[in-house]
Amino acid sequence: MTDYRPAGEDFGARLSFDRGEPGRRAVDVPCWSGDESPLPDAHLLRDSLRLPELSQGELVRYYTALSTRNYGIDSGTYPLGSCTMKFNPKVNDLIASLQGFAEAHPLAPEEDMQGTLRTLLELRDGLAEITGLPAVSLAPAAGAQGEFAGVLMIMAALQDRGELAQRRRILVPDSAHGTNPATAAMAGFQVTQIPTAADGSLDRDTIERELDETVAAVMVTVPNTLGLWERGIEEVAELIHEAGAYLYADGANLNAIMGRIRYGDLGFDVAHLNLHKSFSTPHGGGGPGAGPVCCSEELAPYLPTPILEQGDDGVVRLAAPERSIGRMQQFHGNVGVLLRATAYMRALGLDGLRSVSGQAVLNANYLRVLLHGWYDLPYDRPVLHEVVFSGSRQRREHGVRTYDIAKRLIDHGFHPPTVYFPLIVEEALMIEPTETEPPEAIEALANALIAIAKESAEDPAALHAAPTTAPIGRLDETAAARRPVLRWQPPSP
Amino acid sequence: MSSPHPYIPATDADRALMLERIGVETLDSLFHDLPASRRDPAISLPPALTEPELIALLSERATENAAPSRPSFLGAGAYRRSVSSIVAHLTSRSEFVTAYTPYQPEISQGTLQSGFEFQSVVCELTGMDVANVGLYDVASATAEACLMAARATKREAVALLEPMHPGAIDVVQTYARGPALRLDVLDSPEFVSEAHACLVVQQPDFLGTIRDLAPLADAAHARGALLVVVADPFALGLLRAPGDAGADIVTGEGRDLAGGAAYGGPSLGLFAARSQFLRQMPGRIVGRTREVEAGDGREPRTGYVLTLQAREQFIRRERATSNISTAQALIALAFTIAVQALGPQGLRESAELCYQRAHDAARRIAAIPGFDVPERGPWFQEFLVRGPLAAPQLAAESSARGITPGLDVSDRQEPEADEALLFCVTEATPDSHVNALIDALAEIGAEA
Repeated sequence: MTDYRPAGEDFGARLSFDRGEPGRRAVDVPCWSGDESPLPDAHLLRDSLRLPELSQGELVRYYTALSTRNYGIDSGTYPLGSCTMKFNPKVNDLIASLQGFAEAHPLAPEEDMQGTLRTLLELRDGLAEITGLPAVSLAPAAGAQGEFAGVLMIMAALQDRGELAQRRRILVPDSAHGTNPATAAMAGFQVTQIPTAADGSLDRDTIERELDETVAAVMVTVPNTLGLWERGIEEVAELIHEAGAYLYADGANLNAIMGRIRYGDLGFDVAHLNLHKSFSTPHGGGGPGAGPVCCSEELAPYLPTPILEQGDDGVVRLAAPERSIGRMQQFHGNVGVLLRATAYMRALGLDGLRSVSGQAVLNANYLRVLLHGWYDLPYDRPVLHEVVFSGSRQRREHGVRTYDIAKRLIDHGFHPPTVYFPLIVEEALMIEPTETEPPEAIEALANALIAIAKESAEDPAALHAAPTTAPIGRLDETAAARRPVLRWQPPSP
Repeated sequence: MSSPHPYIPATDADRALMLERIGVETLDSLFHDLPASRRDPAISLPPALTEPELIALLSERATENAAPSRPSFLGAGAYRRSVSSIVAHLTSRSEFVTAYTPYQPEISQGTLQSGFEFQSVVCELTGMDVANVGLYDVASATAEACLMAARATKREAVALLEPMHPGAIDVVQTYARGPALRLDVLDSPEFVSEAHACLVVQQPDFLGTIRDLAPLADAAHARGALLVVVADPFALGLLRAPGDAGADIVTGEGRDLAGGAAYGGPSLGLFAARSQFLRQMPGRIVGRTREVEAGDGREPRTGYVLTLQAREQFIRRERATSNISTAQALIALAFTIAVQALGPQGLRESAELCYQRAHDAARRIAAIPGFDVPERGPWFQEFLVRGPLAAPQLAAESSARGITPGLDVSDRQEPEADEALLFCVTEATPDSHVNALIDALAEIGAEA
């Protein structure tokens, strides 16, 4: 990041609304020279609109300045655990922006959309192969919406079995992403939390005790958020099915196992994927993503609308599954993201995807070994795609919190890892390097974290004051929540 | 693993060294926890392509879609807009594109301050007090509005007023499965009752007509229901802000102004509400704050953070207001820049240009013998067209002449929609396309 603005300037204090002058404009609009139609009655019309008035150059400078106050993967290592911040290949953006793809109207006749639909069909078939789950809908816009679709599908299947009234509970591990319990609740289920055993896997005794005729499903993240394989998951799947419940896979961590093992083969009934994680589509500062949902033949009739069907004539069409839970969006999903994901899948092929998961796991273990001894490692065993350290020793011995460690890492030029998650690890530092970091970047990250560990003993105040090199220092989040200022207001006269 | 891939930097030599330092013999041994009987299954994927091959293949695919130059008069929820060249330029800056959700505000001020700009723009357009940083699309935002209204009023049914986009009704139905809300699709606002958490209306409605919102607000409020307005943000450059007419929640679709239909997505759901519902809102919200005292005597600077997070899934888990996490931030940035580039004058002029061009096209169509443009009231950019043929035949005849006509809405219940197609003309529809349409319809009329 470079910031060429005057050092003393309080850049954030002046929004675009506070810049420019009345009468300036960034674009011009053609004049209408034909017959004038009268406008609707005045009471239906707006009389004023407050928006910024900037020339084109001013507006471009303002947003360019904002971009320099941001850190992306293209800026440097971004080891945000559970987020799979890998390099985003630029060819994917190029492909999604091809005019024939980018300008297509969503209601265009399917015969006119075969280029897009055939490409999406290729993605659908690829995801079915990769997950071992034969039926796929590409409709969900993000992981959480894919989860919602998956849980609604389970709900619909239970309704058809006549068991929905009795099966009101969903079991969720205490290490789960927050979206899992939130999704279960949004679908109207009660959430029962399953503790994690000492080896980092689900506590089998609790599962066996809780599984009964009131359980609708168990949601499991594989590998889990500790970066560990869920030991005995096949036997757990059998227990779940014997109890008449479904097994849901949160596929956020697919990057660890792509091409090596499949949810369907392990006994999962339904899974969502996060294409903005494993399939390299850019995250955009909080979306757009895509969260396809993949499932067994049994659940296929309930998939969200639309699904893709190829007729005997070879034409690919959009279709509604027989017992569909319905639409997730007004149209067909985040197609631009799906096209990028297809390009990624095609650029790698099976061997490439296996190299991805292999290198992602190797990189996480390399980091684990480099940092071993410097930070506590509550689940000390080989990991898959990510490793979760704890800053509790630094807190106990030096009064330095993980929060401080994260902020200090910014001064070393890195984006911090995920912190304070999973909730079961105190002072958690959850690090996912991904396969696209070279070994020297992992070594540099490790060296920075080691330097910070040393500094926490020698000069804890430096950590409390961090970051000092970012565009702005620590912000008062308590004040932000206590007295919310959530929009621009004109300066009071 | 042997030949290196451009996306994976480690070489065989790197890997050998890393394995040695980890203390394992082979990469496969790192996967030893995975059940052996299930490992390395047969997976069938198409072969890998180099970048030139990939570009060649997918460029060819893109041309298998109908040419972008083909005249099209489809609207019905996705509209061709004139978007400033600066939008694509600025939103392709990789510091915006390749950032994650802004969990570390010190190095995410670009995303956060832009989010605050977005919330401000949405509030100004809709006339509401507060907005979030965006949801997936208009329909899912409307569904979230219904869930929020149900939470706020503790009622268990929602009312949607026709004409409403059928896709939006479908999505509300999907989301309503969770809390088992009843969905009533009404023909008239007089049927809204004390059972309804909200009355949802579209502005302009699905058939293009501009609604007078104030009486609808009165009808809803008289029954203790909230008014949810599903508004086209571009039309709001001309139309009265829904908040000024009594709306409690406003949703909308931002995709078209952000730069492209892309076969329907990525989209952008706008979501704004009155301030009393702030803590019930779904989605992320950016707040303005200042640095904590630096202790060096310097005046604390202004910055932006994600705030009011006690509503959200990663803190509140099963008690969150929504499960949403990743939304549509980059599209929200594009929307913000597009609206701000137009500015107050430009947005008004552009919306008026759209209005004039659509009305001019409608007038020319109505003048063709055998054609009729039935009006249901004042309208913005979409209008119904009836011809001398039944709607499906009229559509087929247009298509055969190289023109994608308006959407066939002849199966709808509104009498004006009988045998009608719903045409859309905007400020960005080329003149040559409108001329080609008039010629084609005149030809169809003469042959019928």
